[in-house]
Amino acid sequence: MTMRMTRRSVLGLAGAAAAGVTVAGCGTSGPAGGGSDAIQLWVLQSDTENPVLKKRIDAFNASSSVKVKMTTYVNDPYKQKLQVAMGSPNAPDIFFNWGGGNLAQFVDAGQVQPLDSALADHPAVAKSFLPSVLAGAALGGKQYGLPMSGIQPEVLFYNKKVFAAAGAKPPTSYPELLALVDLFKRKKITPIALAGAQGWTELIYLMYFTDRIGGPEVVDALVAKKPGAWRHPAIRAAAEHCVQLVERGAFGTNYPSVSSDNQAASKLLATGKCAMHVMGSWEYQTQVSSSPKFVSGHQLGWVPFPSVPGGKGDAKNVVGVPTNYFSVVKGGKHVRQATKFLLDTLASDAYIGAMIGIGEIPPVNGIKSKLATSKAADFATFCYDLVSAAPHFQLAWDQALSPSAGAAVNTNVQKLFVKQLDPAGFVKAMDAAG
Amino acid sequence: MFALLPIVVVAYLSLTAWNGLGAPHWAGLANWRALVHDTEVPHGIRITLLLTVVSWVVQTPLALLLGVWSAGPQRHRAVLSAVFFLPLLLSLAAIALSWQALLDPNFGAPAALANALHIPSPNLIGDPHRALYVVVAVLAWQWVPFHTLIYQGAARQIPTQLYEAAALDGATRVRQFVAVTLPQLRHTVVASSVLMIVGSLTYFETILLLTGGGPGDATEVLPLHMYRTGFVGFDMGYASALALLLVVVGAGLSVLIVRASGFARMDSDREGL
Repeated sequence: MTMRMTRRSVLGLAGAAAAGVTVAGCGTSGPAGGGSDAIQLWVLQSDTENPVLKKRIDAFNASSSVKVKMTTYVNDPYKQKLQVAMGSPNAPDIFFNWGGGNLAQFVDAGQVQPLDSALADHPAVAKSFLPSVLAGAALGGKQYGLPMSGIQPEVLFYNKKVFAAAGAKPPTSYPELLALVDLFKRKKITPIALAGAQGWTELIYLMYFTDRIGGPEVVDALVAKKPGAWRHPAIRAAAEHCVQLVERGAFGTNYPSVSSDNQAASKLLATGKCAMHVMGSWEYQTQVSSSPKFVSGHQLGWVPFPSVPGGKGDAKNVVGVPTNYFSVVKGGKHVRQATKFLLDTLASDAYIGAMIGIGEIPPVNGIKSKLATSKAADFATFCYDLVSAAPHFQLAWDQALSPSAGAAVNTNVQKLFVKQLDPAGFVKAMDAAG
Repeated sequence: MFALLPIVVVAYLSLTAWNGLGAPHWAGLANWRALVHDTEVPHGIRITLLLTVVSWVVQTPLALLLGVWSAGPQRHRAVLSAVFFLPLLLSLAAIALSWQALLDPNFGAPAALANALHIPSPNLIGDPHRALYVVVAVLAWQWVPFHTLIYQGAARQIPTQLYEAAALDGATRVRQFVAVTLPQLRHTVVASSVLMIVGSLTYFETILLLTGGGPGDATEVLPLHMYRTGFVGFDMGYASALALLLVVVGAGLSVLIVRASGFARMDSDREGL
C-alpha cells in the first residue's frame, strides 16, 4: 500500500465484500487498447491534482485530433480494476502507477510500452527529471514511466514547542534519538507518534535502518528476489533497532491501535502529546488542514531521518515515494499519441508551475527559485534539497517488492512491533514469503 | 448451478499460478503444498474458531433472554425493543468505523474516561491478547439484535395456556422459562446458532475495518487472510485454495452444529400440539 494513497476508503470495501465471488470471476484476454476512439487515461481521485491534469488535457485536446479522456478511481479498487483490465480489450492507454514491483508485474507480462526511443527524440524532457526519481520507473535498463506527481520523501517531523520546553535539539544520529526518547519519557511525553494500526508506518523505520546500516544494495537484492536476500545481516540489525525503540518506550503503549486513516498520529504531534513523528512529506499538508495554527505558528519542525553510526549506507539517502508515474499500455490503438501527450505535458512549464502552485514538489531540475516563492517555501525547499542531494531514493518496500511480498512485509513488520515475532523470526518469516 | 459453478472454477484456479494478469498458468498442487506449510492457516483457523465459539457463547444467551423478555405484552417493552434493534439498521461499515473512532486509544471514549479518572488509558484494540475480545464485543453489539428478533418471534408463538398450566402447578418464572420456554425454542436456537456460526465464518468486513487483522495477526481470521492474499498480494491461485478450504470448514461446521446440537433431542412439553 502506498503511503499517501493508502488512506483506505470505505468505497474500497465493495471489492472486499465481493472477494469470494471475484476470485473466480475475472480473466479475459485479448488485444489491449481503448474500446473507444479516445485516449483512455486512468488516474487516482485527487481534489488537488486532478484539476491541474484536467487543464493540461483540455489544452492537449484543443489541438489534437485524438482526445484524451480521464477516468478517476479510489486507491484500493483502482489496483483491482487495473489488474483485471490490463491485457483485456478494456485496458486504458495511459495508467497511473507507483513504479517498482507494481509496475514490474505489468512489464513482465509484456503490457507496458518502453519510452526510450520517444525520450531519445525529446532529450530535453528526459533531462528535466531528477535521475534518482526517474530511476523508479526504469526496469532492466528501459524507461517504462514518467513522473506525474511530486516527490514524497519520509522525514522526521517534530514539535518545536515541546523541544524548546525540554531544551532539546532534533536528532541527527541514532544515539541522539535514543537519548531524546529517554528525555521525553522522563517529561511524561510520548517520544514518537506512530500510527501502528497499519504496517506501512512501522515499515518506515525498518526501511531507513536497513538503508543506513546496509546501504541500498540490500534492498536491490530483495527486489531482484535473490535467494537468501532477506537473511542479510543488515535486515536483522534493522529489525533489532526497531525492537530496541519499542522496548525503550519510544512509541508509548497505544501505537498498535493508532490509525493513520484519521490522522490520529498527526494530532498527537500537533497537540504536544508526542514530540516526534516520522512520516512522508504529505504530513505537512495533513497538518495544514487538520492543525493550521500549528503550522502557521511555526511550531512544526523537520529534519532528515537520523544517521546510524558505523552503518554502510549514506546518511543522505532517502526513503519514501519518489513520485507516481504515468505509463503507456503496449499494443493499444493510441500508443504514439498517448506517448506524445505525456512528453508534451509532464515536463511542461505550465504543468510544473501548476503543481508547485498546489503545494507539490515536482521531481524536475532547476525549480528551486519557483519553490522559494510557493506557499510552503521552507518545507518545499527542504524536501527538494534533500532529494536532489540524495545519492539514492528508495521506493517504499511495500511498493518496490512484488505485491505478495509487499503484503507479507506489512503484516510481519506489525508482528515485529507487537513482539509476535522477534528479529530472527521476522527474517525467517520474510525469507519464507520471498 | 449458481453455487456449484464458481466452486468448480475456484477449484481449477487453486491448481494454477495467476496474478490476475493474462492467463492462469498450471501449477499442479503447488498452492496446496504451500497451504500445508503456511503458518497463517492454522493460526487463521484457530482465530476463526475462537471467534466463532466465543461469539456464540456471548450472543446466544443475550439474544435468547432479550428475545423472550421483549416478547411480553407491556408497552414499554415495545419501545425498548425498538431501541435494541437499532444496530440492525446501520451498515456494517458504519458500525465498524464508528467503533474504531470510539475505541481510539488517544481520542476515543476509553481515553476520555481514563483521563477524567486520572488513570492510564486502556489499550483496547491495540493489545494482541485483548483485541479479539473487543472484536467479539463489537460483533455482539452488531448481531445480538438480529437474533433477538428471531427469538422474539419464536417466543410469541408459544401458546399462553402452557404458561397458565405451569402457573397453576405453582412453577416459578425461572422454572417456567426452563421447562416451557427453552424446550419450545429449541429449533429456534439451532437455526439462530447455524446463522451465527456460518455468519462468523464469512462476515469479515467488521474485522477488516476495525482492526485490519491486527495488531500483528491477532485478529486475522481465515477470510481476511484469503482477501489479503487475493486482493493485496494478487496471488489468485493461492487465494482460491484458501477459499476452498473456507468452504470445507464452513460446510463442515454447519453440519456439525445441527448434528451435535443437544437441542435436537430435547423433548417438548407440548404433547400433541
